[in-house]
Amino acid sequence: MQTAQVSAPAARVYYNDVVVRRFAIMTIVWGIVGMTVGAYIAAELIWPTLNFGVPWLIFSRLRPLHTNAVIFAFGGCALFASSYYVVQRTSHVRLFSDRLASFTFWGWQLVIVLAAITLPLGITQSKEYAELEWPIDILIAIVWVAYGIVFFGTLATRKVKHIYVANWFFAAYIITIGVLHVVNNLAIPVSLWKSYDIYSGVIDGMVQWWYGHNAVGFFLTAAFLGMMYYFIPKQAGRPIYSYRLSIVHFWALISVYMWAGPHHLEYTSLPDWVQSIGMVFSLILLAPSWGGMINGIMTLSGAWHKLRTDPILKFMIVSLSFYGMSTFEGPMLAIKTVNALAHDTDWIIGHVHSGALGWVAFITIGSMYALIPKLFGRKEMWSTRLIDAHFWIATVGVVLYITSMWIAGVMQGLMWRAKNPDGTLTYTFVEALKATYPFYEVRLVGGLLFLSGMFIMAYNVFKTLTAPDARPVQVPVPAPAAV
Amino acid sequence: MTSGASLFVTLVVFANISAALWLIWYTTRGTRRDAAQETTHVWDGDLTEYNNPLPRWWLWLFVLTIVFALGYLALYPGLGNYRGLLHWSSASQWQSQETDARAKFDKLFAPYKGMSIAALSQNPQAMATAKNLFELNCSSCHGSDARGAKGFPNLTDDDWLHGGTDQAIYQSIAYGRNAAMPAWGTVLGPQGVHDVVDYVLSLSGRVPPSAATAAGRQKFMTFCVACHGPDGKGNQIIGAPNLTDKIWLWGGSRHDITETVTNGRTNHMPAHLDRLGEDQVRLLAAYIYGFSHHGAAPAQQALQQ
Repeated sequence: MQTAQVSAPAARVYYNDVVVRRFAIMTIVWGIVGMTVGAYIAAELIWPTLNFGVPWLIFSRLRPLHTNAVIFAFGGCALFASSYYVVQRTSHVRLFSDRLASFTFWGWQLVIVLAAITLPLGITQSKEYAELEWPIDILIAIVWVAYGIVFFGTLATRKVKHIYVANWFFAAYIITIGVLHVVNNLAIPVSLWKSYDIYSGVIDGMVQWWYGHNAVGFFLTAAFLGMMYYFIPKQAGRPIYSYRLSIVHFWALISVYMWAGPHHLEYTSLPDWVQSIGMVFSLILLAPSWGGMINGIMTLSGAWHKLRTDPILKFMIVSLSFYGMSTFEGPMLAIKTVNALAHDTDWIIGHVHSGALGWVAFITIGSMYALIPKLFGRKEMWSTRLIDAHFWIATVGVVLYITSMWIAGVMQGLMWRAKNPDGTLTYTFVEALKATYPFYEVRLVGGLLFLSGMFIMAYNVFKTLTAPDARPVQVPVPAPAAV
Repeated sequence: MTSGASLFVTLVVFANISAALWLIWYTTRGTRRDAAQETTHVWDGDLTEYNNPLPRWWLWLFVLTIVFALGYLALYPGLGNYRGLLHWSSASQWQSQETDARAKFDKLFAPYKGMSIAALSQNPQAMATAKNLFELNCSSCHGSDARGAKGFPNLTDDDWLHGGTDQAIYQSIAYGRNAAMPAWGTVLGPQGVHDVVDYVLSLSGRVPPSAATAAGRQKFMTFCVACHGPDGKGNQIIGAPNLTDKIWLWGGSRHDITETVTNGRTNHMPAHLDRLGEDQVRLLAAYIYGFSHHGAAPAQQALQQ
């Protein structure tokens, strides 16, 4: 890599992959941490004594730690890594600012560590997916602005005329998450670790789920679509299926998603008109969501034979299948009559994990397997067979997880609403809970399988990094003439 | 909502839906199904794009959801203040379901209206319903066997904190009960607490009289007597427990009693009349009354099941 220095006078410019490497490695570390906590609380639901009477280990404190760790630590690091990598490769320019990029890495890790300390201590705003207290929220906002400057700065200085489709999605995600985060976390601090929301009552609920649903829409959907739009065509060696489809589904997705939040608050004191609008826009969301799936799957068409030999592509195609499934399930769950059955049941847990494990984690794992060897100057991972093993173990894990939660959820919904002729409910809550235990056990097995897949991945990555020919490489930015 | 806000909501909804339709029209116009041109865009060496037409089934799915949405918004509230052609609201739906249920259950409960609580407790049909009501409303604290738990009274033992007559039980369920034992730790000091606990244990014959029980008695007669009475038999008017029996709401071990005396206890039975209504509260009172009154076999049978 030192040879590049020969080509003076205009010293060669290299992509900044230092920050990408760091985020990529932390993706795997936080994935293991977050999923371990997830498996632990799944076990607590079966054996409540696993909290050992220690307040820091009770379900209600570890559950937000799990969600924050998998969404913002595992998912967040994956998105930082892939967006920094993709925006450079598709703009043909080095990151706008190395120092700011490095700041986003250390800032984001600090946020995660603070979350891991404060949540078990019970320091929380009690807003789902926005539990972190105000000092951490301010830190997140600062890191996020720096992220925006790095990303948009890179995009603005690009050497290619067209903005690649992956970058549209990353751009929408960075802007929207920034806005959502600030608006939902507006609060009046009363001490270092305690604040009060500026909203109250149903408005608080609406702001929270406007945030919550768009966090799903822009963090867990749009941003990972950005990842998909780069790594699938790269891995398949095929062009994107349809440029015009990406235009339609991008604009439809980002505009329609904004309305869908109220479907989290159906049959509440939220005014009827808001509930209706939330429901109908959730239904309209189906086709725009599927647009991304079609574009991804059709990009693979013509390269189907590669699925036989390339487990990375298997991760990617299965991620799109789960994406299609959960974005079909979402609009269905938003229909009021379905929601009346499913709300508050484990069906919702199943739905979330079909998206979070099946889509988000699968596309992340696939992309990381494609990305990590390149970052260390290798053609591929240390072991392709281990990737294949990971794929099958993770797939069985997800399927066990979501099918057990589907059955449990529908069963709970039906048991809760069953009535005797005298108007009393047929089942007490405890009876429904008791009937759920076998499904909790299957879910735990599914979760443990998924987690063990992550350990296989960590081992494979370790062996890849420590292979004799592996070293952090510098990749030169192509000369403008080559574009 | 002001009419301005209502208009705004309506306009933004239509603007977004129209924009989606325009987008579909704009991107599909002039495309042939078989035309799969490649755009000239290239990134990162080998990233390119086809420009295939939108899949027809997908387009129709998109249009279908929009048609459904417009139909729904015509029928149901959604566009600001517009009430929808069906004049549906969640409040009116609840009201009509409530009215239907009321009519049905009033008929069901009608025969019980004239019956006394004691008589109800002997009526098998009433007690079968009461068992369901108990499991749904009471069992989470008092247990499905009604034997209670630490801090939640056993309802089957004929020992009553607030009275065991039919009227007292009804009163407890309908209007709830509150009772508090103050914390005496700072007043009595560790030695004082120890002596009082010794004396309390001696009331039910669990420790023999000693210098400590005598000292404890002295303290008891000063601080505890007002609620628990000079003989320690308690006072149902304020819900002060009888200390001379072997029934302990918060545990009867020396450790538990020491905790109770030192830090106090608070008990709260919520009021149910507003939530359940007169008929159901009376049935529940009869069910609980039946546990400890001979001749109320149906209630006891229902419990056994």
